[in-house]
Parts: sequence; C-alpha cells; structure tokens
Amino acid sequence: MLDIATAYNKYKFLGNDFLTWIWFLIETDQTISSLLNTKDAVTLEVGNSIVLENKLGDKSKEKITIKGDQAGLEEGTTALKKGAWVTQINLICKINEDEYKFTIKGESFNITSLKTPKIELSKKKDEIEGLVLEKAFSCFKIFEVIDTLFLKYLEKRTVDDWNNKGLQDVKNWIESF
Amino acid sequence: MGLISSTHSISRYHVDGKIEGSITEKVRNGLIKHSIPKIESEYDEILAGWAPVESPYNPDFNKFSFLFGTYFLFSLRIDKKTIPAKLIQKYMVIEIEKKKKESGRDFLSKNEKSEIKETVTDILIHKIPAIPNVYDVLWNYEEKNLYLYTTQKAANEFFETIFLKSFNLKPIRLFPYTIVETKSKFSNPQKDRVLTLAPLKYSR
Repeated sequence: MLDIATAYNKYKFLGNDFLTWIWFLIETDQTISSLLNTKDAVTLEVGNSIVLENKLGDKSKEKITIKGDQAGLEEGTTALKKGAWVTQINLICKINEDEYKFTIKGESFNITSLKTPKIELSKKKDEIEGLVLEKAFSCFKIFEVIDTLFLKYLEKRTVDDWNNKGLQDVKNWIESF
Repeated sequence: MGLISSTHSISRYHVDGKIEGSITEKVRNGLIKHSIPKIESEYDEILAGWAPVESPYNPDFNKFSFLFGTYFLFSLRIDKKTIPAKLIQKYMVIEIEKKKKESGRDFLSKNEKSEIKETVTDILIHKIPAIPNVYDVLWNYEEKNLYLYTTQKAANEFFETIFLKSFNLKPIRLFPYTIVETKSKFSNPQKDRVLTLAPLKYSR
C-alpha cells in the first residue's frame, strides 16, 4: 500500500470523478437499486448544495458553489461544460421508506450533516444500547450505498469499453445542456 | 452522546492488525491507560484521552460500559485552552506600560515585548479553564471498521495518535484509494488498473 498522504493526494480525483458520475446517474434517471444489486428501493436526489472545481490554465482554481433548497443547477452544468468536476454534493437518499440527507466530499469521502430517519429517543438506561445500535445501523446503510456505488463505478471505469460507452454517456449528458 | 444526535459528521477508518489474547480486556486496559484525567491540568494547553460515552465529564471505565452489542463505543475528549487574542492584547498593554514606568524608558525592545507576551500567555493559560469537545468512536473490531463522529482535522490527528498508543493498532483513514485497497474484492490486476487511472476530461 502507498504512503497514506501521497495516496490521498494522488487519487483524490477518483472521488471527484465519482461524485460527477453520481450527478449524471441522478439527472439521467438511472436505477440505483439495480446498480447496487439490491432488492431495496434505493433512490438518490441532489439535495441543497453542490460544489464544483475547475482548474484554470495556471495553478489557480475556479470554485463554483450552488446552495439553496430550490436552487437552479444551471451554473453547475455550465461549469461541467467548461471542464469542472464535482468536489462536494449534498444528497438525499431514500432506502424504501427511509430518507437520509448528507453531504459527501469527493477527496475524503467524509460525510457531514448526515440526517438519518427519526428514532424515538429514550432516557431509560437499558434502551440506550438499542438506540445506539439502531442509529449506528442507519449510518452504516449510507456507507454501504456509497461504497458499493463507488466500487461499481471503478469496475465500469476499468473495463475496456469505458471510453466508448461509460465516458461517452457522461459526455453526451454534459453536451445536452 | 454525539451518536444519537440529530445530525452527524463522520470519518471512517479501517483498523489494521489483531489484538492477541482477550480482546475486551485489552481494549478496556487501553481505554483506562489513555483515558482523559479526571482532574484538569493547570499547565497543559491541550489534553486528549478516552472517556465513556455515557459519562464523558467524569470518565470511569470501571463504572460505565464501552461494549454495546458487538461494538466498542467510547468517546474521545479533547480539552483545549484557548486564550482570546484580545485578552492577550489587553494584558500586554498593561504590562508594557508597567515596565516602561519601572525602567523610566519611553519604549521597549522587540525582545522585551515578546518576553512579556510569553509571560502573559503563561499566566492566562493557568487561569483559563479548558473547553472540552467530545467525539464518539464506534468500533466494529471483527469487521475492522471504525467510525469517528467528527471530520475535524485536529480531532482526527489526535484520534489516530491515541488509538495507536492505546491498542497498538493502526487506524487507516478511509478515502477513495484506501477503500479500494481495504474494502474492495478487486483482484490484484483490477487494483492495478484502478491505480493507473487519471482524472477524466468531460468537456470536449
């Protein structure tokens, strides 16, 4: 295994490329459940924020942040056309009846502002253990979705026809704006 | 308890290695050995250690459990003394004026001023109480997964250092590269292909 700090910097693009692909999946109405190979009904939506970055000619970067519950994503799609990629996205994930909201950062896969389905809080000592475990399982579900989708994405990217099929589909989507 | 709050920030780790002998006992000993002291240190600017999730301000692992189902659950508490810059500025002005009067001079040298700043900071650090921050740690030993309920860089760094000292196990931060290395079922040629990938260009 590579040195952790070196690997973090060298391969952070994988996370950003993945988030861009996630946005593509959402906008082109692809079935997340079948990608995850699960019987659960899993859907993803873009939540209330998305951050994109674009490298400019020199060493400087352009950062585009879109925030707000009903915000239009036109600036984001324009940035994609200019060569930007998603570095952070707020997602709404529905797994059957349960709704999860969270923000994921591409380079670190850190999860922030994670809201899990509501659980009845109890102060009784013997119920705390059950409550903790239930909360923990809720968090794990999101990581399972992310990890499975990420590895699925890498599987697709490392096959021979990626350039003709997968990449071309994303390019066509970007060109459609 | 951060884990049962309404929103979470989480960073993930893969825990490399194995504990020899009784796992629960070794974890208990590690937690006790590196638990945060009950009495606040007057001199330390920053202090970090483990505490039970149910009693983070009165840490006692003999009284409170760290076993929840098949998980180990405990907290990382970081106590930090932060002196507001304006407070340092205030006492600096007072001390500089005092020294000028004593010496009969109109000005002080740069060295004298930095000495005063050092003394003022030392005095204030002793007087100011530390601010505690508590972050939950959920560890699934069998699956080598660990969840730290914060994404703050400083807290992550403290966690990594104290965890290694406590259990002699290295926590590996999970991000795109380490997920491929530790959590995927990719064959070695597949991993090699991933490692040769380059950033995509979507625009024409």
